[in-house]
Amino acid sequence: MSAVLDHPAGHHDHAHDHPHGWRRWVYATNHKDIGTLYLWFSFIMLLSGGVLALTIRAELMRPGLQYVQPEFFNQLTTMHGLIMVFGAIMPAFVGFANWQIPMMIGASDMAFARMNNFSFWLMPPAALLLVGSFFVPGGATAAGWTLYAPLSVQMGVGMDMTIFAVHILGASSIMGSINIITTILNMRAPGMTLMKMPMFVWTWLITAYLLIAVMPVLAGAITMVLTDRHFGTSFFNAAGGGDPVMYQHIFWFFGHPEVYIMILPAFGIVSEIIPTFARKQLFGYSSMVYATSSIAILSFIVWAHHMFTTGMPVTGQLFFMYATMLIAVPTGVKIFNWVATMWRGSMTFETPMLFAIGFIFVFTMGGLTGIILSVAPLDIQLHDTYYVVAHFHYVLVAGSLFALFAGTYFWIPKWTGHMYDESLGKFHFWASLITFNITFFPMHFLGLAGMPRRYADYPMQFADFNMVASIGAFGFGLSQLIFLYTVLKCIRGGRKATPQVWENAQGLEWTLPSPAPFHSFETPPTVK
Amino acid sequence: MLILGETMQRQRNNFFQQCFLALTGALMSGAALAVDDMPGGPNVLQTNLRPGVTRIAADQYWIHNFLLVVCLVIFIAVFAVMFYSIWAHRKSRGAKPADFHESTAVEIAWTIIPFLIVIGLAIPATRMVIEQKDTSQADLTIKAVGYQWKWGYEYLRGDAAGVTLLSTLTTPLSQMDGSEPMSETYLMEVDQPLVVPVNQKIRMVVTASDVIHAWMVPAFGVKQDAIPGFVRDTWFRAEKVGTYRGNCAELCGKNHSQMPIVVEVKSQEDFVKWAAAKKQEMMAQADDATKEWSLADLSERGHKVFTANCAACHQATGKGVPGAFPALDGSKVVLGKSDDQIALLLKGKQGTAMASFKQLSDVELAAVATYTRNAWSNKAEDNIVQPKEFTEARK
Repeated sequence: MSAVLDHPAGHHDHAHDHPHGWRRWVYATNHKDIGTLYLWFSFIMLLSGGVLALTIRAELMRPGLQYVQPEFFNQLTTMHGLIMVFGAIMPAFVGFANWQIPMMIGASDMAFARMNNFSFWLMPPAALLLVGSFFVPGGATAAGWTLYAPLSVQMGVGMDMTIFAVHILGASSIMGSINIITTILNMRAPGMTLMKMPMFVWTWLITAYLLIAVMPVLAGAITMVLTDRHFGTSFFNAAGGGDPVMYQHIFWFFGHPEVYIMILPAFGIVSEIIPTFARKQLFGYSSMVYATSSIAILSFIVWAHHMFTTGMPVTGQLFFMYATMLIAVPTGVKIFNWVATMWRGSMTFETPMLFAIGFIFVFTMGGLTGIILSVAPLDIQLHDTYYVVAHFHYVLVAGSLFALFAGTYFWIPKWTGHMYDESLGKFHFWASLITFNITFFPMHFLGLAGMPRRYADYPMQFADFNMVASIGAFGFGLSQLIFLYTVLKCIRGGRKATPQVWENAQGLEWTLPSPAPFHSFETPPTVK
Repeated sequence: MLILGETMQRQRNNFFQQCFLALTGALMSGAALAVDDMPGGPNVLQTNLRPGVTRIAADQYWIHNFLLVVCLVIFIAVFAVMFYSIWAHRKSRGAKPADFHESTAVEIAWTIIPFLIVIGLAIPATRMVIEQKDTSQADLTIKAVGYQWKWGYEYLRGDAAGVTLLSTLTTPLSQMDGSEPMSETYLMEVDQPLVVPVNQKIRMVVTASDVIHAWMVPAFGVKQDAIPGFVRDTWFRAEKVGTYRGNCAELCGKNHSQMPIVVEVKSQEDFVKWAAAKKQEMMAQADDATKEWSLADLSERGHKVFTANCAACHQATGKGVPGAFPALDGSKVVLGKSDDQIALLLKGKQGTAMASFKQLSDVELAAVATYTRNAWSNKAEDNIVQPKEFTEARK
């Protein structure tokens, strides 16, 4: 996305000179450069986590132990989860926030430029700690991405590296969130009231508050694991008066809002794309805002639905079951809104729209299996089986990741000044959608048949669907190389993009030239 | 009404299976094709829950089918509208965009209706939660303890009171690494299954000794986390004689997939007979921890104990796994004074995978300690540890 600097002749940045070469990136204070760093970082992590996933699927292709030993297998599943959640999905959304929020609210840049730099540059060391932990004695932590005590207390030095990595990533997320909140609340163009903000900005504002609320909780949980490991405390050790289940309560108090941290900005992206390509405004803007807020608030009171099999009392199970079921209501409102927006529009189906529709379709399947899982007495059968694995990949891959792809195709003409190759984009979409379903749909069956998750080896009766899932997984992995190629091709050239890019694109970012100038809005536009 | 009969489901599965195999036959190895359904375990190409053999499992099967139908109806309704719109309201067909938006009536409707559906789902679910959590008035109480990586059982009340079992995987390594064909019950077979009487309410009291495990038997509709230091309970009443299988369902370390659960449901008479026989067997086998054992006897016994309990981490070679599990071959603790080794075996080592093995008998512990002192290249000065040293240390 170096094309950002190729300004049209006659235009120059008068504010200050900016560094070039490697200094441009290391000393970056510009929201677009930092956004680019975040996006490339997250893509590299996506590929790293993907390689781990494919190693897992290679091992699981047939029953028996072929390629990896069980202890290494557990390291793979753990690191796949951590890298995808903290390294790929979350930073990618922060990348989008950096690129888009100033342009969408009519600001020149983010509020805290140097903190923005710092919050990005905290991430590579954390990533090195995570990836490097594979190479220390004992290997990476194998306690699952949830790092449940007391298993995590048993791990080697790789666990400590992971704890520090997550601490660093948490600090980075909190700084990023403070920056985003400050930017949104203080730097909107005159006339842009809160209820006139684009949906993407709204969803990120809510997400940023969620992040600030829960990242310290996670930091607390893993710090207690750290002191249990080395300093003789017994937070999670019953022999010393602690409680292993306490860890799960604290972790999921972070973990459930975390799920919405990863999906709310995706809702925002889809809510920008659907009206553009339906050529019709969003059906219920204010109800979308209220639905997003309700989901965020409810996300704080449902955490123990991850723990139905720990042996909670009846009232506990009932409360968390009801609260979880309730989330279906605002989520339903969002889906109905998108469909109502499409209804009697005038639709075209460029790649961003395809991914957005694909998102709605496949995310809804994940949502419906979520309702099935919320039913506590049934969850007893499905908990910790492949059904859960299928469910959260439907919402996190087909949900968050598809929305990220949709957003990339939607805004990349604004970022690079070039249109991407539409046929390649469509090819990427269909390849991803089909291989995704081949990979994850059979996992529902495996879960219903009782195959537990995080198993390096399994009875032969599960072999067929595992084979199908593995074949799909390799197809899905390869499909992402199409994405890489399409993006690189778009950066290097292509048809010139107009400022508006899409026929019915509304919003301030489309009033800027393509590619957008280094400082988005030197003088704030006025919003009526 | 929604429940398909067992036979119908079988037929459907068989049909599905044949179509599926025709499509993918080329990809599957010959061995995989020959697999049959596992008795009491998963079926080949199973695509749904099964009614199981308890009320709870049947209820779960019913509510899952019910939810599936509700979800499918919603799914089809929503996406019929969406795909109709995609087909009809496209620019290439000359569709002109309407400009309607915001309708309070519509928005209230699509908030209220899902809310009512959710309440409809919550009502049967609530009844089931209450039923599942009612562990009172059990006929038989059994304690299950999760160890890395096996299950221990102790009958607390009833005909078999006092019987203890240690239930270890019997699948040999040679089947896992592919040098021998896998058995039909690969990874779901144990040396000593849990035995329970049919039609009796069995209360399972579940705990663990090292990390969290989970005791799961799909045919009973039961899954309960086993939490070290805490006791949680669940229950089942199996209505059909037979063997039923399940797995550990909570990540518990490297051999998480190798600690299955096998439950044999017997008729009341058979159960009583089994309990009597088991008690006699235990009496006969009761080791005399007070007598002085010979080195050869202890070592031989210790080799078995080592293979069942220690080799998973420390390896059969005694070399361990560098960085993760220490070698015993040449270990200072093994070669040094017996007191340290006794303490380690009884107490474990906090913060590591070395758990306490106090559930083993004094003879077993003495045997394994003696074995390690003389195995591989080890030649400890104190080359024999007698059971009574453990009896002493436990006091």
